[in-house]
This record gives sequence, structure tokens and C-alpha cells, in this order.
Amino acid sequence: MTGVSKVFGRGSSAVHALDQVSLEVSPGEFTCLIGASGCGKSTLLALVAGLEQPTSGEVSTGEGGTGGGRGVAVMFQEPALFPWLTAAGNVEMALRARGAGKAERRQRAAELLRTVNLGDFGGKRPHELSGGMRQRVALARALAQDADVLLMDEPFGALDAMTRDLLHDEIDRVCAGRSLTVIFVTHNVQEAVRLGDRVVVMSSRPGRVIDEFAVDIERPRRIDSAPVAELAAQITDRLREEMSRDAR
Amino acid sequence: MPADELTGKPAPVSAGDLGSVPLTDRGNVPAYAEKLAWLESLEAPGSGPSDQRGRKLAKRAWASLWPKALAVIIVLAIWQVIHISGWKKDIFPGPGGTLANLGDQLKTGLLWHAIGTTLERAVIGFGLAVLIGAVVGALVSRIGPLRAAFGSLITGLQTMPSIAWFPFAIILFGINTTAILFVIVLGAAPSIANGLIAGVDYTPPILLRAGATMGLRRLSLYRHVILPASLPALVAGLRQGWAFAWRSLMAGELLVIIANQPSLGVLLSTDQDQADMQSATAIIIVILIIGMLVHTLFSMADRAIRRRWGLVGSS
Repeated sequence: MTGVSKVFGRGSSAVHALDQVSLEVSPGEFTCLIGASGCGKSTLLALVAGLEQPTSGEVSTGEGGTGGGRGVAVMFQEPALFPWLTAAGNVEMALRARGAGKAERRQRAAELLRTVNLGDFGGKRPHELSGGMRQRVALARALAQDADVLLMDEPFGALDAMTRDLLHDEIDRVCAGRSLTVIFVTHNVQEAVRLGDRVVVMSSRPGRVIDEFAVDIERPRRIDSAPVAELAAQITDRLREEMSRDAR
Repeated sequence: MPADELTGKPAPVSAGDLGSVPLTDRGNVPAYAEKLAWLESLEAPGSGPSDQRGRKLAKRAWASLWPKALAVIIVLAIWQVIHISGWKKDIFPGPGGTLANLGDQLKTGLLWHAIGTTLERAVIGFGLAVLIGAVVGALVSRIGPLRAAFGSLITGLQTMPSIAWFPFAIILFGINTTAILFVIVLGAAPSIANGLIAGVDYTPPILLRAGATMGLRRLSLYRHVILPASLPALVAGLRQGWAFAWRSLMAGELLVIIANQPSLGVLLSTDQDQADMQSATAIIIVILIIGMLVHTLFSMADRAIRRRWGLVGSS
């Protein structure tokens, strides 16, 4: 995306959610966006997903053209599963939207649920699953779109630390096998360093990219390992600096 | 779930169909799967053995039945007390006589014939109302200008006492079944349309976004997300629509009396002419019971949906 701005509202009540944000993510890269709440992270994702249109500037997702939903899959903070469908049905819905046939849908859905270690839970409805399991179904559903780009908007924000840790392993494993470009929004610095190839730090009001950190830590990583903690501390300092300047 | 059940199975990563996961990741999979199995054993809701379930079911049936039985007994008791007290002694029938009268009538073909006619009208009228209400609701809920134009009209129609339509319907169609069906549709369709509109309005935005990011657009989004999400509100609308249809039908059968076509309304009006209080009361009981039975069907549908969605505890 180049020079993207997004303004909500007009006149004196206008909110500059994003101001001249330029960000390039190369294919297959895992980019984490981090910043205080209200820095426009979620707006940025909505733009990439094609759910919102930029006020100015351009968003493009490679050959797929500007994000029209097809080449971009999204995971939200809530699992956003359809309560009237089973876990398998939810995954199948994404396949159906792509025009897959019935037999293929069934087979792929079972495969994807196995990928997220929910092979035995295909017949369960969302309310019969725990929060972590629901978020894993949502991951399987996002993968079912077979998109080149996967956007995640604080997908683990509402989960406990133990479940979140397991899901980090899960994400690592799933992404390693695919040439998936991921943009992962979070406000948890450790999580960003644990997962990302690159951490992009944003400021708030207006949202701007202020810094970038490459994460050269070998995988598999642990969220509590020394190199992760060290880099996370560095990034946290940078964020603090930014926030204190904001406060002044 | 025992841990070996999960670990004994081929771990997802080594499954050949994926094949794309690098070998280096295989090492930590069993430990991961074990952790997961442990976590899930804490989370997954347990299910009891089947013989326990049978007993539970009987217990639940009894729990829902006895208050109803008690209510019937209380009503009959009060009725009997009024009868014994001698209020309007010559006209007011006692429960014993009335129920005996009902029993006698159930043995004749006439009452069953009447019930058949009335139910047939109810089914056709309500069916038409569902069809029309659903189509109107679907169009109005999604098309802005239509909604601005007809939204308040539909709500207005809903509050209109359907009996007021009868002069209009009788002049338009004459004394026949069509007039009755016309009023049933006018009585029930607005509720059904409004139920659907409310359901569409209250579709959670997050589900719409989820559908949109999957590439569902317009019609497919409507069919796969908005309609299923509207189902509970639609069922509420259907239930209300049924109540209106049933009332309109009874009013219609009392006003539009067609010769040689016995219906519950005709029987009731004959009883009135002959001042046969026992029979009139018996027919009223029949009408009440039919209304309650259908209402129960809707309640069951409503509960089934809510249980499916996890909106009620499954205890």
C-alpha cells in the first residue's frame, strides 16, 4: 500500500485513522503490526481486506488486484463462526463461496480441521467448542479460502495465555507449510516477536508507521525465550517513547 | 478423552495429504498433540451413558407436564365451584356436562368434519400468508426505497383488527372461503414480514463481515448468512402470525357462514341460535386446544433453533 490515508467523518469531527501510510509486504512474509489501541491497525486491515475504501492512496494485493475479498482471508478477534452451522459446515461455507463442489468441500473441510487438530470435532456446533477451539475453526475457515494473504486482527486477544501459546505453535506450523503472506495485528509485543518475520510499529492518531524491526530469531521460537524477550523489550521501549511524546 | 486416543492417530503434520510441512517441525508435534488432548479433555463437555439419558428424558417430560395438568385441574375446580354456587343456574353449564357433551360430539362425524374444514382453511390461509409475508419481508428488508415506502404501512397493517376487513372482503369476494382466506392473509402476513425484517436488521455485523471476506456477495450473502441468521426472529414472526391467522379465521367463520359447509364457526353460531350452551362451550374448548397445540409446535421449533445455536443451556 502506498500513501494510504483514511479519514472517517468530515469537517471538525473528522478522524484521521491513517495518515499517509506506506507499507510493503512481500509474498510469504509474516508481518506483525503493533501499536497502542486506536492507531488504525484494524482500519488498515479492513482496507487490505477490501471491506473499506481508502480516502486517498492505493491498496493493492499483488496480481489479485485491489482487495476484493477473493485473494484475502480475514480472521477477526471473535471467531465470527456461523452458529447455525457445525464446525465442518463453517469451513465448508468458505469453500462453497469459492465454488467448490460438494464432495470436494467435504474432503477439504475434514482435511483442514485435521490441520488445526480438530479432526474429531467437525460435527460440533460453535457453542459446543471452547474459545480456543472456535478460533482454530476460524483459522481452518480462513485457510479454506486458499487466499494468498491472511489478515489477522488480534485473533487471540480474548484467549488465555496457555491457549494462546498453543495457537502460536499452530500458526507457526500451518504457515510453514504454505506460501502464505500474513499481516497480524496485535497489541501484545511478545506475541508479535514470537510470530513475525518483521514487526511494524505504528503511532496513533493519526496512524503512521514509525518504525520497523526485523525478527532474526530462529524458529521454532518460544514466547519466553531470551532473544524474543530482548527484542520485545526493545520494541516496547520504542512504543513507550512514542506514547510519551503523544502525551505531551 | 484419553491422551493415547489422540497421539495414537497419525499426527496431522505427518499425514501425507498435507505433505508441505517441513520435517523440522515434526519433532514437537507429539508433545503439542498431548498438550492439546489434555486441554481439550478439560474443555469438551461430557455426555452420559444412554440409559441415564432415557431416565432423564422421562424426568423432563414429567417436569413439563405436571404444571400443565395442575393448571387444568385448577380451572376445572373453579368452574365446578361456580357451577355449584348456582350462578346463572339454568344457563351456565358445569364441567361434567360440558365434557360429556364434547365426548358425544367427538363420536359424531359432524365435529370432525367441522374441525377438518377449519384446519384446512387455517393451513391454506397461513401458508399463503407465510409465502406472501416472506416475499414482502425479504424485498422490503433489503431494498431501501421499498422499506421507506412500506415499512410503516406493514406495521400499521399488523395493528389493524382483521375483523374490520370483513365487510370489504365480503363485498369484494362474496360469502365464500376466498373472503375468509383473504382476511387471514391480511391478518398474518404483516407479522411474518415484520419478523423477517427484524431478523435481517439484527444480523450480527461481524457475521456479515465474515461472509463478505469469504467472497459471499449480495444474493449468496443473503442466502447463506442473512437468512439463516434471521431464523429465530422469523420463527417469532410466524408464531405471532399464526395467532393472528387463527383469530381472523374464527371471526371469519362466524361472519361468513357458507351453507352445507360445517366448520367450527358454523357449529358455534348454530349453538348460539339454539341457545345450546353446553355445545358452545365444548366447541370453545376445541378451538382453545387447537390453538394451544399449534402454539406448542412453534415453541418447539423455537427451542430447537435456540438449542442448536447454543442460546439456551442444554440441561
